[in-house]
Amino acid sequence: MNRGAWLLGRLAQIVPSFLLIGLVVFVLARLLPGDPISAILGDRATDATVARLTAQLGLDQPIPVQFLHFIRNVLHGDLGDSIAYHIPVTQLIGERLPVTLALTAMSMVIAVALAIPLAFIAALQADRWPDLLIRGVFQVGLSTPIFYVGLLLLTFFAAWLGLFPVGGYGDGLLEHLWHLFLPACTLAFSFAAVLMRSLRGAILAVLTAEFVDFARSKGISRRLILLRHVLRNALIATVSLIGLNVGSLLGGAVITESVFAVPGVGRLMVDSIFARDYPVIQSLTLALAVLVSLAFLITDIVQMTLDPRVAK
Amino acid sequence: MRAKLPLILGCLLLGTMIAFAVAPDVFAPMDPLAFDYDALMAPPSAAHWFGTDQFGRDMLSRTISAARIDLQIAVFAMAGPMLIGSLIGLLVGWFGGVADAVFGRLADLVVTFPFLVLVIAIVAVLGPGLINMYIAIACVGWVFYAKLMRGEVRVQRSLDYVAAGQVLGYSTARILFRHVLPNAMRPVIVYAVTDMALAILLGSSLGYLGLGAQPPEAEWGVLIADGKNFFTTAPWISLAPGVAIIMAGLGFSLVGDGLAGLLDVKR
Repeated sequence: MNRGAWLLGRLAQIVPSFLLIGLVVFVLARLLPGDPISAILGDRATDATVARLTAQLGLDQPIPVQFLHFIRNVLHGDLGDSIAYHIPVTQLIGERLPVTLALTAMSMVIAVALAIPLAFIAALQADRWPDLLIRGVFQVGLSTPIFYVGLLLLTFFAAWLGLFPVGGYGDGLLEHLWHLFLPACTLAFSFAAVLMRSLRGAILAVLTAEFVDFARSKGISRRLILLRHVLRNALIATVSLIGLNVGSLLGGAVITESVFAVPGVGRLMVDSIFARDYPVIQSLTLALAVLVSLAFLITDIVQMTLDPRVAK
Repeated sequence: MRAKLPLILGCLLLGTMIAFAVAPDVFAPMDPLAFDYDALMAPPSAAHWFGTDQFGRDMLSRTISAARIDLQIAVFAMAGPMLIGSLIGLLVGWFGGVADAVFGRLADLVVTFPFLVLVIAIVAVLGPGLINMYIAIACVGWVFYAKLMRGEVRVQRSLDYVAAGQVLGYSTARILFRHVLPNAMRPVIVYAVTDMALAILLGSSLGYLGLGAQPPEAEWGVLIADGKNFFTTAPWISLAPGVAIIMAGLGFSLVGDGLAGLLDVKR
């Protein structure tokens, strides 16, 4: 199969998966407590008004028709209005989503910058003390909840040392980066642990692979082997690990944003639950799932470029 | 011996936590609910090893008393998904066909939702609280057990002992539950123990966000959320519950890794 056909096939998969995501969110929305009519009209509406609005919103239609309406509205960018903020949900998410994306991207960079060199050290020194130390620290890291890592960083670096702000987002790009640094480190810590663990395994596997023995037997220097073969394979593994973990990073962003009072979609989601702002919860679930499946798509494409065997 | 060291450490950590959960009164130095107005937000001292909170309650005692709820979370947040997922995985792995294809799509669909986001969305439908949290986790978490079990059953299905059972005229139910299930169970057990570490982290995170255990239920995440309001003036409030979560999480994951080695399960 050539690359073009593979790419087309992969792109075509996105349509049914978006429809299924839509279905899950639609079902979830139908299960949410409180009916939309009384939420809009209040308790004192006459039967005639209720009937009119029910027809207007299409709630008297069969469920499959309602689902099609829902999909049509989503495609038109109409996700309803926020109950708490009285503005269109699309606008609300549009304002908050870039913050979360910046936070997630920053934590990916930090995690990769930490994990790749440490994974190399751990794999090359396998079962000696640097390896045991690195693995030990990350084992503890994997058992530490994100909100506690955040709270520790907040206490040390923001409250005691005063190096970073205690929370919020600031104004302007530089201030944004400064405000997001501690939250990004928080989110990066557990991700770096996951990355390090898998990369160490991947590097060990490559180091014992036959093509590395072959390269060595040709007299290629250890340095070159590490750069050309081991690092390249480690990078391919990193790309797929990042793709697979976008979902857990976004989930972690929900917690991190709550700890650091960062105005992103994660904090919005938690706030919306307490405000019973159901249109927002529903739309965020949809938006985040769509983001994850786009991330899967991008990962597959990047992986295919790095490693053409994927397309076969 | 050196290979077993992590397992021994894990058992020690878990043993400590289980002892706390079974008999908190024996280990807690003070009444966890007793107010001490002479020591409001007191830093760690000989009397209060981990300091006190805003009501003068001893943080070490409160943390030890909370072990019961957190271990309960570890068990229930694991048991629901494991039982449902194992059963479904066993059936679709054995029978294949349409059910298996539907399951494949469903599993792909669930992983596109960020786990925590979907759990939070379901908690939003049901309302905050421990029971609803268990239901939400079961709604999402069963998929991972089912995938694991399905894969294992498909391997077992082609083995000789299954054919032997069929030749002997055993019923499908007997072959499935008496023979295939015990053989396919090992990776699921290992995963379940590791999953309890994740359950502690997830449960305390939801407790921290106010979506899991509800105050006055003392749960480690809830205790940390309590202390967060005073993190500039009395940062020690969240120290003991934080250390407890790490110890419990580490305990479960070390025991899980150790079991994987003992039962020869590749992960």
